[in-house]
Amino acid sequence: MEHITLLLAIVIVTALVFDFTNGFHDTANAMATTISTGALKPKTAVAMSAALNLVGAFLSVEVAKTISGGIVNEDGLRTEVIFAALVGAILWNLLTWLVGLPSSSSHALFGGLIGAAVMSAGWSSINGGTVVTKVLLPAIAAPVVAGLAALLATRLTYRLNRKITDEAQLKSTAKGYRAGQIASAGLVSLAHGTNDAQKTMGIITLALVTGGVLSPGANPPVWVICAAGVAIALGTYLGGWRIIRTMGSGLTELRPPQGFAAQTSAATVILASSHLGFSLSTTQSCSGAVMGAGLGRKGGVVRWSTATRMFVAWGLTLPAAGLVGAGAEFLTKQGGWGVGVVAVLLVAGSGAIWLLSRRKPVDHTNVNMPDAEPAGIVTTAMAAVSPPPAGIVPDLKTTIPAPAQAAEVPADPARPATV
Amino acid sequence: MNIDWAALASVFGVSLVVTVALVGLFTLGIVGLAKQAPTAAGNGGSGAPARFGAYACFALCAAAVAYGIYLIVA
Repeated sequence: MEHITLLLAIVIVTALVFDFTNGFHDTANAMATTISTGALKPKTAVAMSAALNLVGAFLSVEVAKTISGGIVNEDGLRTEVIFAALVGAILWNLLTWLVGLPSSSSHALFGGLIGAAVMSAGWSSINGGTVVTKVLLPAIAAPVVAGLAALLATRLTYRLNRKITDEAQLKSTAKGYRAGQIASAGLVSLAHGTNDAQKTMGIITLALVTGGVLSPGANPPVWVICAAGVAIALGTYLGGWRIIRTMGSGLTELRPPQGFAAQTSAATVILASSHLGFSLSTTQSCSGAVMGAGLGRKGGVVRWSTATRMFVAWGLTLPAAGLVGAGAEFLTKQGGWGVGVVAVLLVAGSGAIWLLSRRKPVDHTNVNMPDAEPAGIVTTAMAAVSPPPAGIVPDLKTTIPAPAQAAEVPADPARPATV
Repeated sequence: MNIDWAALASVFGVSLVVTVALVGLFTLGIVGLAKQAPTAAGNGGSGAPARFGAYACFALCAAAVAYGIYLIVA
């Protein structure tokens, strides 16, 4: 570590800060539904997610070789450019957290990188086609795939348990859904730790290679792996409560069977996409799954105003982070004092956002109490206190034919007439 | 620009089938176990086969989770 320059040190610290914001921005992906349905207490949920993120960081040794996966030409990328990109990504992550909207941390990083690279080396350093195939198309595909899967799964699970109406039996199914939700949320956390902590390790390693500390192609040193894992776990444990609130109860009102279906869909989509060669954003898959589950229950409503704000945020992620990244790179290009100015601006900007957030704090005590939107939401807050037994609701009747019905043993032959 | 439609389609198909199959299996397991619980009407327990079936469902789900962890590690 003896040859680390001041600039390199700044980049490493900034990368860890990005890792940290990534953690608390994405806690919602794994835990929002678990928290809003009352399967786990808020603090327990984030602690479990943080632990699994930390484990995930150490699980795989295959560290991302590139930051952007071909979007930006990374040959001869200067350390300042990486720094500027990180500044753009961090500020966008904090801003979306302030307004409580889930948005992809990877897309924010891509945006910052694109902006900084264009400012540094011109438009030729960007691979436009890859932007479409790796960012724009997945942004549309992820919510559709995850949403559709969650919608069908929700319908199926309500269809299968519609005959369970007895008190004791309902208690038993509620316990089952709780366990299922926790298991699938754990899987999402683990996958997140592996993917996103490694992204940070990749950035730091790349910076160390650019700075001449490591030889090209070297594996990340142990301290990099530890630092990245700890940063993402700390961020996760802090909990992005604003985003958890939006995802868990702002988009739609979730009951345990829906939470289970949504979380299973999200976990499946994330694992399937990363292993079949068409990477989809974790955040966008989870948000889509939550909306799909919301639509899957008869009588379920998606709050499209919130959903629309979220879609707008997704659309703005790339250009907004890009503009900040470009601005930061413009300053860092001016020399050492520019880097200093950007670092001061980053700290000031983050501080301002944090101060703004203190005006209306959201934490583990009020995470399940929705913001300003009236009507029908009190029930969500109630649900947090005493989770309603799954499936008593009269609106379980669905009109879709369920092929799996044949496999089910009819519990009470007198009932089907009413269903 | 080269969009890998085949990969996208397989992600779509696999996600859909696996999600619905897992949620279906797990629900069958939950429902099977719930039927073991004594009901208020007194007609509890549909016996050992239902319990065995429920555990089989859970075992399949656990296998899927284990495969998921294997995919993450590998």
